[in-house]
Amino acid sequence: MNPFDFMLRNWREILSLTGEHLALVAVSTAIALTVGIPTGLLLTRRASLKRPVLAVANVLQTVPSLALFGFLIPLPFVGIGARAAIIALVLYALLPVIRNTVTGVEGVERSVREAAVAMGMTDAQILRQVELPLAAPVILAGVRVATVISVGVATIAAAIGAGGLGTYIFRGLRQYDNNLILAGAVPAALLALAADAGIGLLESRLDVRRRIARSRRKGSALLRRVVWAAVALVVVACGALALRSRAGRADVVVGSKDFTESVILAEMLAQSLEARGLRVERRYELGGNLAHDSLVAGQIDAYPEYTGTSLMAILKHPPSTDARAVYEQVKREYAERFDVEVGPPLGFEDTFAILVRGDDARRLNLKTISDATRFAPKWRAGFGQDFMSRKDGYEGFARAYDLQFAERPREMDLSLSYRALASGGVDIIAGNSTDGMIATLKLVQLEDDRHYFPPYEAVFLARRDTLARLPQMREVIQKLAGAVSTDEMRRLNFEVDGNKRPAADVVREWRQSKGL
Amino acid sequence: MSSAPSDSSAVVSFRRVTYAAPGMPAPIIDDLSLEIRRGETLVLLGESGCGKTTTLRLINRLLVPTAGEVLVEGKDTREWDAVGLRRRTGYVIQEAGLFPHFTVERNVALVPTLEGWDEERVRVRVQELLRLVGLEPERFAARFPAELSGGQRQRVGVARALAADPPLLLMDEPFGALDPLTRAALQREFAALQKRLGKTTVFVTHDVREALMLGTRVALMSAGRIVLLDTPGGFLDSDEPHARAYRDTLLPPGESLSGFATETQRHGE
Repeated sequence: MNPFDFMLRNWREILSLTGEHLALVAVSTAIALTVGIPTGLLLTRRASLKRPVLAVANVLQTVPSLALFGFLIPLPFVGIGARAAIIALVLYALLPVIRNTVTGVEGVERSVREAAVAMGMTDAQILRQVELPLAAPVILAGVRVATVISVGVATIAAAIGAGGLGTYIFRGLRQYDNNLILAGAVPAALLALAADAGIGLLESRLDVRRRIARSRRKGSALLRRVVWAAVALVVVACGALALRSRAGRADVVVGSKDFTESVILAEMLAQSLEARGLRVERRYELGGNLAHDSLVAGQIDAYPEYTGTSLMAILKHPPSTDARAVYEQVKREYAERFDVEVGPPLGFEDTFAILVRGDDARRLNLKTISDATRFAPKWRAGFGQDFMSRKDGYEGFARAYDLQFAERPREMDLSLSYRALASGGVDIIAGNSTDGMIATLKLVQLEDDRHYFPPYEAVFLARRDTLARLPQMREVIQKLAGAVSTDEMRRLNFEVDGNKRPAADVVREWRQSKGL
Repeated sequence: MSSAPSDSSAVVSFRRVTYAAPGMPAPIIDDLSLEIRRGETLVLLGESGCGKTTTLRLINRLLVPTAGEVLVEGKDTREWDAVGLRRRTGYVIQEAGLFPHFTVERNVALVPTLEGWDEERVRVRVQELLRLVGLEPERFAARFPAELSGGQRQRVGVARALAADPPLLLMDEPFGALDPLTRAALQREFAALQKRLGKTTVFVTHDVREALMLGTRVALMSAGRIVLLDTPGGFLDSDEPHARAYRDTLLPPGESLSGFATETQRHGE
């Protein structure tokens, strides 16, 4: 499928994401103006504040956007989603707005300002009638820069569940799907260009010299009115579309984490709920701990999780290897601390899988990780950033098996490490046990014979108040208990990641084959 | 003169005024006393940096003296409401300082509008003023300052200063940036205008011809002080060294001094 066909086929969703994107940019820019312009004006009145305030705005501008999101999420009243995104966008937009307000006002000719004072205008009158109108083109130039920056930064807001066109871009990056990336990036670029051109037009309208020229020719008034009506129409249409997608209040909101398997599991739950006649809203691909935070905050009602992740990343307990005990402990503490029910295990684990090439495994007769320890000194290892940094990751693993490699393991992107192993660049990697690529690349998973890796059983987490409200939901979750084997999960993952098929279609077929 | 009691007809009185700008070693205005009488045109004449513009700015409270006091209508400028004082004090500066985003009409209408005059009254007044300064309202009212020549802009500046009929007019080298022909024309017209309106005017210039032509009295300033205060005739007869230096610049070879003085006097009256 070429990118154009893809966009044609998905135009409705693209338009809706564009609407979300536009809403983020519009709201944040509006706030940045309400804060930034008065701040800038204050700085022209209090010279001593100018340097420190501009310095702070400058520093904010240099903080990388992902880091800024990271700082914002733990703050009270911020959390995830549009709110955090808007705050970050506002912080980025402040510098150009404040700086241009100061520059614009200070750029008003000295004789004009002196005349205004000498004519007996009050400070407020000078501001409103002289300085603001004359500084307007410069201030608008700042607004223009701020808006274009916001359109760009807003794509990254998808990482914290704020939606927008970045949703496509991130999904495309994860799935190596250029069509998706382009379907997000092209509308975003167009949006930036449109904002640039639109505000540029407004800017020249406010420029004194142009205004004089315009007042001399009256003919273009109709044309201008038509252009502005068209702009207004587009804004309203996109806004309405974005609102509509939120408006039809669903019975239940299902979330997922930001990787394929989590989306597939969430889709299983969503489709099963829909089969019972419930209206489901999907809020997928929430990064980091956002899915958990959203669940606790009541923004979503359920999402798929792994017991080991809950134990260590959420409850902050040390690793444990007893699957049963982990499950019971997580279930008990979630009920107590979060009022969240942990459903029965789905039947598979997604744990770290120590992988080697299939021909190596046969030639050297490798079955377990212990079998591999004597070859390790001649091997090179490549591990993902996650595995290198986690508590249940590399350090403990190397200690548990007394592993020594030829050199310090190469830290690389997880999906790249698969390709490096297959092509002989490295000899051992730590993948995910349900990854579709294990079969595709003919890799072999070595058994964790010393039971180092904690159990990562897949389960559904659901808010207890939702379960009380919707008894069907508990039945649905019970019915999915033990329904997915590790091999099945690998196949489903491969259908989506390898064959680039929509998760919804893959899950629909799976449910039919299961007779659900 | 500096110790003379302020008579009731003094519109502005400087009493031992000193003004020092922060960070400057010498005061810009140094112990200056001066009475400006109702209806006169007092010219402050002097070189750049002698303090004449600063003297002007002390009158409408753009500056406040560091010592001594400036009285306007018998009241210390510090006790005046700054905005109220400035609205009854017309002000014309060299660059005109017209608002570039206002039409000529709105520029002239500025102070009456601020004062809350009704629209019709403002409109009539603007027309009257534009005619007064020699600009046909039909041609000029809707123009923007950028569409005017330097001389026309300065006329608008004068009209704006006179708009609300202020009892006091301050002019800071209003014709300084104009070409000689336009300047001469405006000086003549302003002299005629002054005769009709009889407004108390303080006029700053470094051009001795202009000073002698427009002033009823000339205050010659140097280093923040008034070194001579006299009528144009008295100025020309004075032996004060600065005045003589200025006078010498007026002397074309072979022409008599008294003749020039008479000529100037006639023109001014």
